[in-house]
Amino acid sequence: MTKSTDHIIKSYDTELARLTGEIARMGELSVKQLEAAIDAVERRDARAARQVLDNDDTIDAMEQEISHGVVRLLALRAPMAGDLRAVFAALRVASDIERIGDYAANVAKRTIPLATLAPVAPAHGLLHLSQLAAVAVRKVLKAYVESDADNAYQVWRDDVHVDEGYDALFRELLTYMMEDPRNITPCTHLLFMAKNIERIGDHATNIAENIWFVVRGEPLDEPRARQDRIEDK
Amino acid sequence: MTDLTSVATPAGATATRSKIRVRNLNFFYHDFHALKGIDMDIPEKRVTAIIGPSGCGKSTLLRVFNRIYAMYPKLRAEGSVELDGENVLDPGYAMNRLRIKVGMVFQKPVPFPMTIYENVAYGIRHHQKLGRKKLDERVEEALRSAAIWGEVKDKLRHSALGLSGGQQQRLCIARCIALQPDVLLLDEPTSALDPIATSRIEQLIEELKRTYTIVIVTHNMQQAARVSDYTAFMYLGEMIEFGDTEMIFTKPEKKQTEDYITGRFG
Repeated sequence: MTKSTDHIIKSYDTELARLTGEIARMGELSVKQLEAAIDAVERRDARAARQVLDNDDTIDAMEQEISHGVVRLLALRAPMAGDLRAVFAALRVASDIERIGDYAANVAKRTIPLATLAPVAPAHGLLHLSQLAAVAVRKVLKAYVESDADNAYQVWRDDVHVDEGYDALFRELLTYMMEDPRNITPCTHLLFMAKNIERIGDHATNIAENIWFVVRGEPLDEPRARQDRIEDK
Repeated sequence: MTDLTSVATPAGATATRSKIRVRNLNFFYHDFHALKGIDMDIPEKRVTAIIGPSGCGKSTLLRVFNRIYAMYPKLRAEGSVELDGENVLDPGYAMNRLRIKVGMVFQKPVPFPMTIYENVAYGIRHHQKLGRKKLDERVEEALRSAAIWGEVKDKLRHSALGLSGGQQQRLCIARCIALQPDVLLLDEPTSALDPIATSRIEQLIEELKRTYTIVIVTHNMQQAARVSDYTAFMYLGEMIEFGDTEMIFTKPEKKQTEDYITGRFG
């Protein structure tokens, strides 16, 4: 997190900056994983999907590394006030990114059986949804690095578009399944993938809430516009 | 009671009675203006920590509370420091009475060069006439309250100077408690002690706050965070922020406070 004044102990600044940098790198990797997973769906490429699955270990290792760094900072630097919030939030943000990576890997995992089945049209709708989620994650990571609570808030608010995209895809997939029972297997895979991507959006909003907390020192507890979810009906 | 300003009352202290009410307190060392218009309400039976860089006036403020500055010429305080509604700065407020009500423990333990027993009994004798048995009881009670009884009960007639630094400091606390004060002022009470002795004093503070109103001046911010309920941050003789300890260390209102506690001052 960037602050107007530096610490008297320079190495403290270096360590905090390193933590932010690691989280930014980890976050970028998770978005790349999502994009690679969707690319594999589009091209029906099981090999590329396996590569995404393998890469998830790297994200997990990065989270471990960040957790270790946080514990170390807490023990050795005893951060206070804004620093304490930043260090605490780093742990939670890393955990959200790790989940984003997991969801990307889940999408990849379903690509492998999906590639063996006859193609179905709604696969394209998934691309649109994943683009929305990827934009949200990139934007929230930028807000994190820049300690920008306003941009974080925008990501938090805009998650409703990801939710809407998911609901639209849900309806479309249901229609296809009702039309022809042979569509049920591929459409179920696509439905789970869509749900995974929708969850990625939720983790982006978690990160946004943490940025708000770091910058403002209070939770973002405004009620968010929540529509009736189609899957609840 | 008059309306309290936000600077004076720590957030969240509304349910607690104020033991000490400081209003527009100014203090001068000769020409040097060391405390500038301090307003502060110190809640009863709570621990209030005063933090700030060297020379900010925190020890001076503590010393005004029991008028210890009056021992030196050319020092003067203006404004009021009310203890239970009475202004202790009023020359009519008897020093003897004040010293019983407000005890003080210093950075370096200062045991008297006499026995452990006499260190505690000395103050009691000075202020009260008690029979032998009563005096013994009071000494034991004070040593027990200061969590040192177990370590000294078999050597009450030994010199206090033979005790370790941490034990000496607890003995000094016992000496204060023996007078049954209302307020305990602790001026950097652990800065000359090792971590174990420090923990013992901190544990003691936690126990003592059930009975006494405690004000502690410390350079150790972790200590302020650990032991106090309320924290005041002072800078250049002014009270910058006074609030709930948790708030001060997680989300201070003022940038100066944040810069100080996060190590960005300079």
